[in-house]
Amino acid sequence: MDVLLNNLDLFVLGFANTVLMFAVSAVFSLLLGVVIGVLRISPSSSMRAVGTTYVNLLRNTPLALLMMFFALGYPKLGLPALDYTTLAIIALVLYTASYVAEVFRSGINSIHVGQTEAARAIGLTFDQVITVVLVPQAFRNVVPPLISVFIALLKNTTVASGFSVMQAGAISANMSERGENLLATLLWVAFFFFLLVMGLAAVQRKFERKWAQS
Amino acid sequence: MSYATQDLFDVLGPKGRRKSNIAGFVTITVVALILGFIVVQLYKSGQFAAAKWELFTFPLVQREILETTGSTLRAFATGAILALILGVLLLLGRLSPARWVRTSVTWLTETFRAIPLLVLMMLIYYGLPVLGATFVTPFIAVTVGLAIYNGSVFAEIFRAGLNSLPKGQSEAGAAIGLRKGQVLAVILAPQAIRNMLPAIISQLVVALKDTALGFMVTYPELLYLAKFYGTQMQYGSPIIPAAMVMGSIYVALCLALSYVAVRVQKWSSSSGTPKKVKRND
Repeated sequence: MDVLLNNLDLFVLGFANTVLMFAVSAVFSLLLGVVIGVLRISPSSSMRAVGTTYVNLLRNTPLALLMMFFALGYPKLGLPALDYTTLAIIALVLYTASYVAEVFRSGINSIHVGQTEAARAIGLTFDQVITVVLVPQAFRNVVPPLISVFIALLKNTTVASGFSVMQAGAISANMSERGENLLATLLWVAFFFFLLVMGLAAVQRKFERKWAQS
Repeated sequence: MSYATQDLFDVLGPKGRRKSNIAGFVTITVVALILGFIVVQLYKSGQFAAAKWELFTFPLVQREILETTGSTLRAFATGAILALILGVLLLLGRLSPARWVRTSVTWLTETFRAIPLLVLMMLIYYGLPVLGATFVTPFIAVTVGLAIYNGSVFAEIFRAGLNSLPKGQSEAGAAIGLRKGQVLAVILAPQAIRNMLPAIISQLVVALKDTALGFMVTYPELLYLAKFYGTQMQYGSPIIPAAMVMGSIYVALCLALSYVAVRVQKWSSSSGTPKKVKRND
């Protein structure tokens, strides 16, 4: 308990930054992910190819490598300087968007083919089929797995500790400078992550239960 | 996959084809602009200069990269095997008739899945020595971390696979007098494994990617090497070339494994259709 109370400043700063990075990355990866998901189901074959290549490439790249590109590589490109937190968020957004796109696409695909055929039969256009018929129905199939993606995103923010970003994963490095007990520190970090993840999982279960009944 | 995608739209008419061509052209142009901008910036900042790549022409460096790829794969293979074993153990715990075993194993699985893998690895590498466990090497931290996290994910995959089987299967097994363990081993497992194989392999891809976290507990894998070469001043600190080399290796390894996953998925869904039974009469 002392380890936590004597270093509350570090813990609060670390987890505040983790939550901030999580929230910003979640919003932007949702936007980018939906765009890429739409590319993947588009009637234009070149758009589909772009979407598929993006998803296959990003899903097969370790996040740590992506962050290394941005955190260590970007400053050498002579572009406007960005701080490490922003660069880490960009890497998180690009990475997570590929997972969001897959959730979106499989949500659309989970709707019975008859729905699309019926919509087309009454003369709706492709845009209308997607926005009026499929998305409203796919929504309940998309939200629970989307929360799983966000849980992974929350945990993935810790990868940024390898690249001098102060967040929850980097608390222990600072604590070792203060000469604190690392085991206790890391157990506290793990405990708070457990609480945060359980919170998100509770939201997920609530949605699942709500839609399972109706 | 393509089946459902194709059904979202009719065969395009002349107007639709024109619209789709324009949209495709715009997409390709935007992507080409972004990629072109990146390449130009890389070129302008001298990332393609021969001096920055010279390091990777040395046989010694190439051998080291090859060896490091080996140690990445070693950590992955060890971690994956341990994870599969742990997954089976956790599954058995969750199927246990004793309620306290079930609840505690459930909590254990949930906890392992909720802790970020990096924190788990750091707990093992920096935390355990506090208790006097001085034998912890980076290799142990990486593999045990991978095993604990992926093991709990595997337990969930296994459970979902068993639950997806019709209840009649285990009831029929019990009806012909098999014991609980026999029902699991002889009736349920063979059927469930085929359904679960795609999910298992895609989780293995995740595990392979996660070995990259090893560099934060000083395990000498590919990213560790990239960072090391990237800071060699006498070769112009080639961090971007180093990340490109190591990145391509990682992506190639993961794509190969993903390709296996796709093949297995095709195989398992095609062999799921009942075959004609030969009659010998």
